[in-house]
Amino acid sequence: MLNMNDVMETIHMIEGENLDIRTITMGISLLDCVSEDADRFCDKIYDKITKKAEKLVATGNEIEKMYGIPIVNKRVSVTPIAIAGGALSPDGFVQVAKTLDRAADTLGINFIGGFGALVQKGFTAGDRNLLAAIPEALASTGKVCSSVNVASTKAGINMDAVAMMGDIIKDCAYRTKDADSIGCAKLVVFANVPEDNPFMAGAFHGVGEPDSVINVGVSGPGVVASAIKRAGDCDFSTLADIIKRTAFKITRMGQLVAYEASRRLDAPFGIVDLSLAPTPAVGDSVAHILEGMGLEKCGAHGTTAALALLNDAVKKGGVMASSHVGGLSGAFIPVSEDAGMIDAVACGSLTIEKLEAMTAVCSVGLDMIAIPGDTPADVICGIIADEISIGVANTKTTAVRVIPAYGKKAGDNVEFGGLLGYAPVMKLNTMSPAAFIARGGRIPAPIHSLKN
Amino acid sequence: MKAVITVTGKDVVGIIAKVSAACAEYSANIVDISQSVLSEYFAMIMVVEIDGLAVHFTEFVDRMKELGEQNGLVIHTMHEDVFNAMHHI
Repeated sequence: MLNMNDVMETIHMIEGENLDIRTITMGISLLDCVSEDADRFCDKIYDKITKKAEKLVATGNEIEKMYGIPIVNKRVSVTPIAIAGGALSPDGFVQVAKTLDRAADTLGINFIGGFGALVQKGFTAGDRNLLAAIPEALASTGKVCSSVNVASTKAGINMDAVAMMGDIIKDCAYRTKDADSIGCAKLVVFANVPEDNPFMAGAFHGVGEPDSVINVGVSGPGVVASAIKRAGDCDFSTLADIIKRTAFKITRMGQLVAYEASRRLDAPFGIVDLSLAPTPAVGDSVAHILEGMGLEKCGAHGTTAALALLNDAVKKGGVMASSHVGGLSGAFIPVSEDAGMIDAVACGSLTIEKLEAMTAVCSVGLDMIAIPGDTPADVICGIIADEISIGVANTKTTAVRVIPAYGKKAGDNVEFGGLLGYAPVMKLNTMSPAAFIARGGRIPAPIHSLKN
Repeated sequence: MKAVITVTGKDVVGIIAKVSAACAEYSANIVDISQSVLSEYFAMIMVVEIDGLAVHFTEFVDRMKELGEQNGLVIHTMHEDVFNAMHHI
């Protein structure tokens, strides 16, 4: 029987604490569209994507109405284009990006992910051509997201790819300089990338996935923050327990929506990603959860411990709530998308070095961080190499999404708008790692990858 | 299938009558009502069967919401699966 308190709690989570389903992402394999002819490949992928996901937006809206829970985004992820379009030239890849953008427009979705490559151990000719096409592709499209996996715990770090990404990110920043270098917000460099992540900009449809699949990303930093506030002055065991219970309830919503979407769209249910994904809206911040635990400001000493507790408890609570948990699952710490992080950076409490330490225990990495526009490419490569090493050594996903905002200096602001938010430009250590990066080759896999 | 209608707002005469009349109009059969007034604040949770609904469920949700807005109340209509999923293992 329904309990009045339970009913009111659910409604309060949605109305007062920003509980939402952040995204229903349909993964679509493009492996059956392969062609060495760019025109033919583009025709085939456009037809397949627009047919498979034809009802995605309408279905998402119907489920939103039926269950009364907001479903913020409906998105599509596809097979890494460097794999499906391996025979194409850089120009061909740009044409593919424009086709993906057109398909996204037709479907009415806000992002399409998968314009990427997996190069952790080395490059194919297609990989190189795709990487060369990224700046032009992201500058000439609005909804296409790109990700490049440059390392894994099993393969080590492809430092040649790291070296290339510095220049690619700078080029993206320059080509979108009139819009605060927003091109870089659509490009992520990964280590140990998950193949079923529904969140952008890193979503793609892995090669081990079925022809199409429904993955759902839930969110709810505001719900967790409120639960911690209500609990008041409790010890850490109780605190972890409160977070687990809350994560459980949030994830159950995701599971319900995922099953219903899977049924209606006739695509198998893949996973629920139980990430705490902040937005710039008031009451939707991961930093405020950490501050609610007792830190004066996010970035204070103790922040890494607080985040480790949060990330672990979220996973533990969510795992039992869903039959299949996957993706990134944990706490995101993007700067520009989190009002509390923005405040902490603006007041000098949160530095990029502290953010790097936090990424060792959060679910992703250095995310949506604006850096000075004149940052040399080799310094960006150094940031990537450091962050990727944390992921490789700790057998976890890490990623870098930095925006060297063209013409902006440390302390200036950049404005991306919408869910991408705004960010103060962060100060960097500009000592040069150029000679280190220029060595090239691969950093070998760490020893604990040889367990099997 | 059942849905849960929650009605909250300042207490006035005739809230239950209006909500029940709307349920009858759209053929939503009321199976349970729980209601209280605390410091002039009205709160009601109503469970209704929606199998024989005269309109599509999403339209019913909109109509009930409009009814709330017209009367200075907040009315949410949600499928019972939401609450069962969140609060029952």
